[in-house]
Amino acid sequence: MIAKPVSTFAQRALAAAAALAILAVAVAGCAKPAQPRTFTVTIAQMAYGPTPPSMRVGDSIKWVNADILQHTATAKDGSFDVDLPPKATATTRIAHAGTVDFYCRYHPGMTGRLSVAG
Amino acid sequence: MILRHMSAAAAALALLALPAAAMAQAAKPNDAQIAHIAYTAGQLDIAAGKQALAKSHNKAVRDFAQEMVRDHTAVNDQALALVKKLGVTPQANPTSTALSGAAAAKLKAYAKLSGAAFDKAYVDNEVAYHKTVNGALESTLIPSAQNGELKALLQTGLKLFTEHQHHAEMLAAGLK
Ligand SMILES: [Cu+2]
Repeated sequence: MIAKPVSTFAQRALAAAAALAILAVAVAGCAKPAQPRTFTVTIAQMAYGPTPPSMRVGDSIKWVNADILQHTATAKDGSFDVDLPPKATATTRIAHAGTVDFYCRYHPGMTGRLSVAG
Repeated sequence: MILRHMSAAAAALALLALPAAAMAQAAKPNDAQIAHIAYTAGQLDIAAGKQALAKSHNKAVRDFAQEMVRDHTAVNDQALALVKKLGVTPQANPTSTALSGAAAAKLKAYAKLSGAAFDKAYVDNEVAYHKTVNGALESTLIPSAQNGELKALLQTGLKLFTEHQHHAEMLAAGLK
């Protein structure tokens, strides 16, 4: 005997309601601005650690200088410039989308790049 | 006349070659000697930087000297803490003695200079000095270091002093 799929009106209505609900959640998720996040970039042994791969405008970078030397994180476009004595931390909020190259004013061979989505 | 110039040039070359030769001589120094050489090299550059801060009126030169004093002090503080932790007593050796002798002669010679002549002499010597020290770090001191922490500190030092050398080279090009 072959089982015949049973589809009552009530069942179909329920399925449609569920689909709508999922859609509604998805739409709400898109419309609601994402919570700003804070990413840590650690400086050690004369180098910047990796920068986050998926930054958005409004996110922040927490710079942690774990080196024995004083460094800066200085944006080439002038959007930020933090001076970090050894063991200091500082937080920079990223206000613009795009690619920002940064370097250390004391040791210009130290460089890094932030990629920020809009 | 030409002969006199040539002998002066030869003397200058001999002075410049001294630390490099002394460093090549000290094949395979031990950790206590390496610590002494690295620490001495830092202290000498701090002394040169302090002389520049006392004499120079050029902002770029003063900024550079400030950076040398700050960075080398930081590395040497760390080196002192490390040798204390390891229970190593830095040991004087012909290389560190030769470095000190050459640096003392430079300090004395530069004391007589002022203005742009001093700035140029200081910055040119910083280029040569960092080249010498970096060469020694790369070829002798880092490969010879036995302790892992000492080796790591020397490696950070090499990266740092390479930055200093580039900075000095840029500065020297600007002073011409
Ligand atoms: Cu730096």
